[in-house]
Amino acid sequence: MNALLDVRGLEVRYGGIVALRGIDFRVDEGEIVALLGANGAGKTTTLRAISGLLPIRAGDLTFAGTNFRKHGADAIARLGIAHVPEGRRVFTRMTVRENLELGGYAVAARRELDVRIDEVLSIFPRLHERIAQRAGTLSGGEQQMLAIGRALVAQPRLLVLDEPSLGLAPLIVAQIFEVLRDIHRRGTTIVLVEQNAHAALALADRGYVLRNGEIARNDTAANLARDPAVVAAYLGGE
Amino acid sequence: MHEFLAQLANGVELGAIYALIALGYTLVYGILELINFAHGDVYTFGSFTALVVLVALRAAHVLHGVGLILGIVAALLVAILACALLNAGIERLAYRRLRKAPRLAPLITAIGVSFMLENLIELWQGSAPVPFPNVIPNPELRFGALQVGVQQIVVVALAIVTMIALHYFVQRSRLGKAMRAVAQDRDAASLVGINVDRTIAITFLIAGALAGVAGFVGGVSFGSAWFLNGFGAGLRAFTAAVLGGIGNIAGAMLGGFLIGLLESFSTWFIGGQWSNVAVFSVLILVLVFRPSGLLGESLPEKV
Ligand SMILES: Nc1ncnc2c1ncn2[C@@H]1O[C@H](COP(=O)(O)OP(=O)(O)OP(=O)(O)O)[C@@H](O)[C@H]1O
Ligand SMILES: [Mg+2]
Repeated sequence: MNALLDVRGLEVRYGGIVALRGIDFRVDEGEIVALLGANGAGKTTTLRAISGLLPIRAGDLTFAGTNFRKHGADAIARLGIAHVPEGRRVFTRMTVRENLELGGYAVAARRELDVRIDEVLSIFPRLHERIAQRAGTLSGGEQQMLAIGRALVAQPRLLVLDEPSLGLAPLIVAQIFEVLRDIHRRGTTIVLVEQNAHAALALADRGYVLRNGEIARNDTAANLARDPAVVAAYLGGE
Repeated sequence: MHEFLAQLANGVELGAIYALIALGYTLVYGILELINFAHGDVYTFGSFTALVVLVALRAAHVLHGVGLILGIVAALLVAILACALLNAGIERLAYRRLRKAPRLAPLITAIGVSFMLENLIELWQGSAPVPFPNVIPNPELRFGALQVGVQQIVVVALAIVTMIALHYFVQRSRLGKAMRAVAQDRDAASLVGINVDRTIAITFLIAGALAGVAGFVGGVSFGSAWFLNGFGAGLRAFTAAVLGGIGNIAGAMLGGFLIGLLESFSTWFIGGQWSNVAVFSVLILVLVFRPSGLLGESLPEKV
């Protein structure tokens, strides 16, 4: 099978500090891949480097056969990678609709954009009720829905999510994971960074475990969920 | 009563000019958190380019009838274009490479660019004020007790139309939304596919274009252009932007008119030599008691 996303020898530094030391990471078309690890392991750094938000020291990045190592973040988004960032990062001073419109920034045709926004609103009816409200006035769960909705308007081939469950009530988390399952069923490949390893591995096909900026494990989700070492380190107590 | 209305009209006219300049400060601050000290000098450059075009057209004897209207439009458009390009050029050459530098670096650079522009304009046009061609006929019109010149009406109308156009552009257009997105969260904007560098460049183009309109109407209104005009007008417009809430577009317009009125009425009541004191007292009072300005958010929302 051809890799949709292929990351080879990725190295990222913050000043002199090495945050990622040569990571190999591969996602095939149609997969859900979980990226796990303790706080500070380098999960967010990995996603930000892939999306072009951080300069890369070494390594190569390929998406659907295109080497995008030298692309800027906006060009990477236009390749078909949508990134739902840590902390949601919705445009708080704009309305829900404007946020969704910006998600489809690359879509030039107005009518096409409206159709896509309607689709997203049918996935998240809560957003529909708050369409004219400023995003900053939404609850945390609603902001997370908006962040995901904004990414979906772009109709990405690869959806990358950084801790979408953080700080949300279990009921909302279950809803959001249900939406992810649904999006995946419709053909979108997903990379999921999660603290909530139980939920992530239940959803994912495969998983990587990051430790101190290196890949410590790489296995199927089922094997990782069963592995005593992983269970002790990341699933313990949950 | 007559005098009051005359000062009111005068204040609105001044305010329209300050508001146009203030918008340039606020747009750039909104997107870069940079006080573009060179902006006032871009305004001066606009006055001189319009002046040069009008002088040339007058020398060619084309400024009558339809030629007059076309000539005025041409001078306005040249000023807009020249200032837009100058401002975008400044961003490209001076500020862009400092985007990741500590905030003091672009600020000092802006002051340097301001001095440079002032000196270049002085080299080009000399150090004495140059009379602005008095080509727009200026009959006085009476509305009851209010007496205004046609020029005043043209100046204010042009400023207001420009501001309404800007408002709709920023609120409704795709590019306007991109500008607001970059102003709020640069990373998030780039993640939805917005080219941040290009959007910032466009913001400088627009801010420069507004300075071009202001340069033209300022030349018409004051009747002269001087290489240091931008210093005083820029400081007042900056005060207006802070008064309205820097980064806030409606605030810059409101602040511009308020500062124009304040200058006009303080000149009337306590004399022209005190109007600077009045204006800068406002700046200090705002900075002390309401740093977010009249229409600003209580604090900038930053992630
Ligand atoms: N801007 C930065 N400057 C310096 N060091 C940073 C920066 N961002 C992250 N780091 C460091 O890089 C390492 C990896 O951070 P990263 O945010 O990728 O971790 P993470 O796995 O996402 O953690 P968490 O689960 O807490 O979100 C950490 O040691 C962190 O302190
Ligand atoms: Mg993280």
